[in-house]
Formats: sequence, C-alpha cells, structure tokens
Amino acid sequence: MRPTPALAVALAAMMLVSMTIGAASVDLVHAFGDPRTMLVLLESRLPRTLAVALTGAALAVAGVLIQALVRNRFVGPDTAGTAEGAALGLLAITILWPASPLWLRMVAASVSAMATTALFIAIIRRLPVREVMLVPIAGLVLSGVLGSVVTFIGWQTDLMQYIGTWLFSGEFSGVISGRYELLWIAGGAAVLAWFAADRFAIIGLGDQVATGLGLGTRAVLRLGLAVVAVVTAMVVTTVGMIPFVGLVVPNIVARIMGDNLRRTLPVVALSGAVLVMACDLAGRLVIHPYEVPAGLILGGVGSVLFLWLLYRRPRHG
Amino acid sequence: MIRIDGVSHRIGKAPILHDITTHLPEGRLTALIGPNGAGKSTLLRLIGRLEPLQQGRVSVAGRDIAATPTEDLARVMAILGQQTSIASRLRLSELVGFGRWPHHRGRPTAHDHARVAEALEAFALTPMADRFLDEVSGGQAQRAHIAMAFAQDTDWLLLDEPLNNLDMAHARALMGRLRDLVDRQGRSVGLVVHEINYAAAWADHVIAMKDGRIVAEGSANEVLTEDVLSDLYDAPIAVASHQGRPLVLHHV
Ligand SMILES: Nc1ncnc2c1ncn2[C@@H]1O[C@H](COP(=O)(O)OP(=O)(O)OP(=O)(O)O)[C@@H](O)[C@H]1O
Ligand SMILES: [Mg+2]
Repeated sequence: MRPTPALAVALAAMMLVSMTIGAASVDLVHAFGDPRTMLVLLESRLPRTLAVALTGAALAVAGVLIQALVRNRFVGPDTAGTAEGAALGLLAITILWPASPLWLRMVAASVSAMATTALFIAIIRRLPVREVMLVPIAGLVLSGVLGSVVTFIGWQTDLMQYIGTWLFSGEFSGVISGRYELLWIAGGAAVLAWFAADRFAIIGLGDQVATGLGLGTRAVLRLGLAVVAVVTAMVVTTVGMIPFVGLVVPNIVARIMGDNLRRTLPVVALSGAVLVMACDLAGRLVIHPYEVPAGLILGGVGSVLFLWLLYRRPRHG
Repeated sequence: MIRIDGVSHRIGKAPILHDITTHLPEGRLTALIGPNGAGKSTLLRLIGRLEPLQQGRVSVAGRDIAATPTEDLARVMAILGQQTSIASRLRLSELVGFGRWPHHRGRPTAHDHARVAEALEAFALTPMADRFLDEVSGGQAQRAHIAMAFAQDTDWLLLDEPLNNLDMAHARALMGRLRDLVDRQGRSVGLVVHEINYAAAWADHVIAMKDGRIVAEGSANEVLTEDVLSDLYDAPIAVASHQGRPLVLHHV
C-alpha cells in the first residue's frame, strides 16, 4: 500500500467527520439550502478542521527539520525550547507595547522562538556526539528553564491566563473564522521546507559530508531554524502548543521510509495532520457535547508512542 | 596539483601541524602514511576545507580553497572523512545519489542516475542498493561511502583510510579502481593508508608524516625504506622487494 494516497484518503474522511460533529448538529447533504447551517460550517467547523490539519502537518515537518539539524531523533519543537521562546516573545511584546498590532506580535514570537532554538542548537553542538540521550535532556532542561521564566513573568504581570492558552492547553475549540488564519503561514513555512528538502537531508548526514558536497551549512541551518520557529510561533499563538506530534511522527516515518526528505516530507505532513485530527476528533467525541483538549489526548497517546519508539530503537543508535 | 604552503594548525593550545609545505602531484596516486596521531587526517581535512585553515595556504588545481566558493570546490574534489558514521536512515542508492548533488543541486538528470548506478555497480552494491545504511555490514557501509565520493566524479579524490573494514578482496579491488582512475581517466587521488604494503604496491608518491611534520616524501621506493620506516614508527622494520616494489615485513 502506498502511504501518500492512503493517508490522504484517511485525512479527507476525518475532515468530513470533523465538519459534522459538534454541539450543533450539521447535515452536510442539506447544508447548502440552509443559511444557518452554512454559517456554522464556514465560520466554525471549516476553520477548526483546517486549523487542526495545518497544525498537525506543520508541527510534524518542523519536527523533521529540528531532528535533522541536531542529528538526534529524540527532540521536537516542543522539547527544544522553541515553544517557550515563542511565548517569551509574545509576553515581552504584550508587556512592552500592549496595543501592538497582530503582525508585530507574530514577528516577536517568531524571532524569540528562533533565538531560543538557536541557543538549544549551540548548547548541544558542545555535547559529545555519542551521548544520544543528552540532547533531549538538554532540550527538556532548556524548555523547563524558559518555561519557568515565562511563568514567573506571567505571575508578576498578571498575564497568566494568556500563558496558559499558549503553553499548556493546546486545543481547537476556540477556533473560528478570523482567528486561525495565521496557521496558513505555518503551513506555508512547511511547504518552503519541502523545496529545501535535499539540503536538510544532506545536513542530517553531518557537517563533514555536507561541506564535502559543497553545501553552505550555515545557510541551511538558518533556514531550518526559521521554519521551525515560525511554525511553532504560529501554533503557540493561535491554538497553544500541541505536544509530541513533532517528535513521534518523524520517528515513525523514518523507521518505515527512511530519511530521504524529498520523498518523506509529504508523508510526514499528512501523518501529522492525521494524528492531530484523530486526537481532536477523539477529544470531541469522548464526553460529547463537551470536549477534551486535543493537546491533552496527544500528551497521552504521544507518550505511549514515544516510549514504544524508545523501546525499539534502531540498531545503530 | 594540490599545493600546501606553510600550513600550521592548532587545536586549543596544542600544536597539531607544524609549518607544512608540500604538494600532491597531479595525475598520480599519493599515499599519506605515518603513525596514529601524526596529523594525516587533520591535513586531509584542511585540504578538503572540512576544517578552517588557521595559517598558510592550500590550493587545489590552482584554486585557493579559502577564496573559492565551497560549491565550486565540490565539483573539483571529493573527500571522504575518517569518521563515516551517519545517523540518517538512507538507502544505499540514496546515499550514493547525494554524491551527484554538487552537479545537479536537486534536479538529477539521466546522466546523474547513470553515474550513481555505475558507482553502485563498481563497489558491488547493486544487490543491496535498496537496503538502509543501518541494515548493512560495516564494510558494505564503507563501500557505500566510497561509492558516494566516486559518484561525485571530481578531478581530485581524497580518501581518509578508505580500506577500513574492507576485506582483502574488496581492498585490492578498491586500489585497482583508484589506479584505473589515475591511469585511464587522468584523475588524481590522495589517500591515507595504514597498511603500508598497499602504499608500496599501488602508490606513485608517498608522503610520510610524524608528529605534525613531514619526514619523507617521494616515490614508494624512495620513502619505503628500512631507515625511514624504522624511524617513522619507532620500531625496527625490514623491507624486502617484490616485483620491483618494496614489500614491508612489518608483521613479523
Ligand atoms: N578534537 C581534538 N582535540 C585535541 N586534539 C586532537 C583533536 N583531534 C585530533 N587531535 C590530535 O591531533 C593530532 C593529529 O590527529 P589526526 O587525527 O590528524 O591524526 P592521524 O594521523 O589521522 O591519526 P590516525 O592514524 O590515528 O587516524 C593527534 O595527536 C590528536 O591527538
Ligand atoms: Mg586519521
């Protein structure tokens, strides 16, 4: 079975289901004749469905990139200080200029996320290469430290409720038309990554091989950082951080298909979308008509998947 | 020709290379020999711009490596480092395929595919071309790395201990291929070898290094003598002759 068509069909089916379920029941077949139903669909269901798919796809692609940049499979945008960096940038701009326009907030979040991720990469480049597990540990420590800085500032400035929505409760129930469109930027960044897929794959072979093949490693590093930071910043600001997608999906796809990113990135993106979509649907169905945040479900599902991946590591590290 | 002019190198405070001036002749197979830690890999990495030059100049076929864009150098020389462990999960055909990247930069042509197939065939990798790098033996992986450098199809080929992990037959086959590159295609090859008899049997030019200095250079017959080798390795080494070339009896 070819993975791309199978995943595309699965995603399309889940998106259809996602359009129909919710507090107000929607009959897709008769929606066109009914303005009220159309309103629900276009203003709420469609935006939510797209937001879920974009988030999953972009985060999974960001995960592949960060893993190639640091040459370690046990990191993701949620364990490299990226999400906390985005939150820090948002917090700073909110405090310094409360009336700042949205685009400036996005820029602040992206730049700050880029800075903290660059810090992460600088730290781990000093670690001994063979210590595979030090890399995720360093990421968790950095994320933890940055997270407490954000929380501390949040308490001091009475902004805790924002921080909660950015870092803790990744979920899609608040998504309506007009409040998710930034995620298209995340999706665009992920598409951009596909055009440089070969470069990221070559960077993953190590600096020596990359230099030998005439690749300017710094430029690729910067591009990768920018994509990871922009994706994460957009997700954090619109729906809050969704854990594990960027960690687990790249691992599973690499085990099955390998690391030729030009071939695998579309599969990674589709798988990420499918995974988050499944978790969002599950969250909407278990205690219907109430919801469990997709981020929470992913936390559970993702940690089980991650343990399974750790347990059956590839033979050569 | 590769010219090396007054190259010194330090790591931290420790001097690794001392004012090295030498050359690798064009259209020849040059072997770099010397004990562990002599600085062979460091010198090769400096030539291959895998390490920034601290002092001195290196030029490859007339191009100063410090002033030539790295992507242009990748079409002039291919280098295989000593450390070839790669964490990526690539199929052998994909790895070898990346050797063509300096030429097509993302848009492989039929010519590129043909070159990759040729390189896989040359190193007897065709039957396992679809296997992942972490699912083949150490020697097979090593051959895949060499095949990747071959596929790069450059005038200069620099290999750091390519014989690592290779069995006798594959080691000899590799030396034969390198010889063929030099004799029939006019290419130039530089390689680090520890098994000195491979240098004795196949190399045109030998550079002997010790403690970050060059202690001897010249033809195999000039360098691979009892005096030079005993000095180089701080151990008495007998040298016989076989078909007009030195045969080093270091194992007894
Ligand atoms: N990262 C490093 N830090 C400090 N010293 C180093 C480092 N890498 C290499 N060296 C030292 O530099 C010297 C030259 O090393 P190099 O790898 O060039 O030797 P070599 O001739 O290739 O040896 P071998 O035959 O073992 O491969 C050695 O004395 C080594 O200890
Ligand atoms: Mg060496």
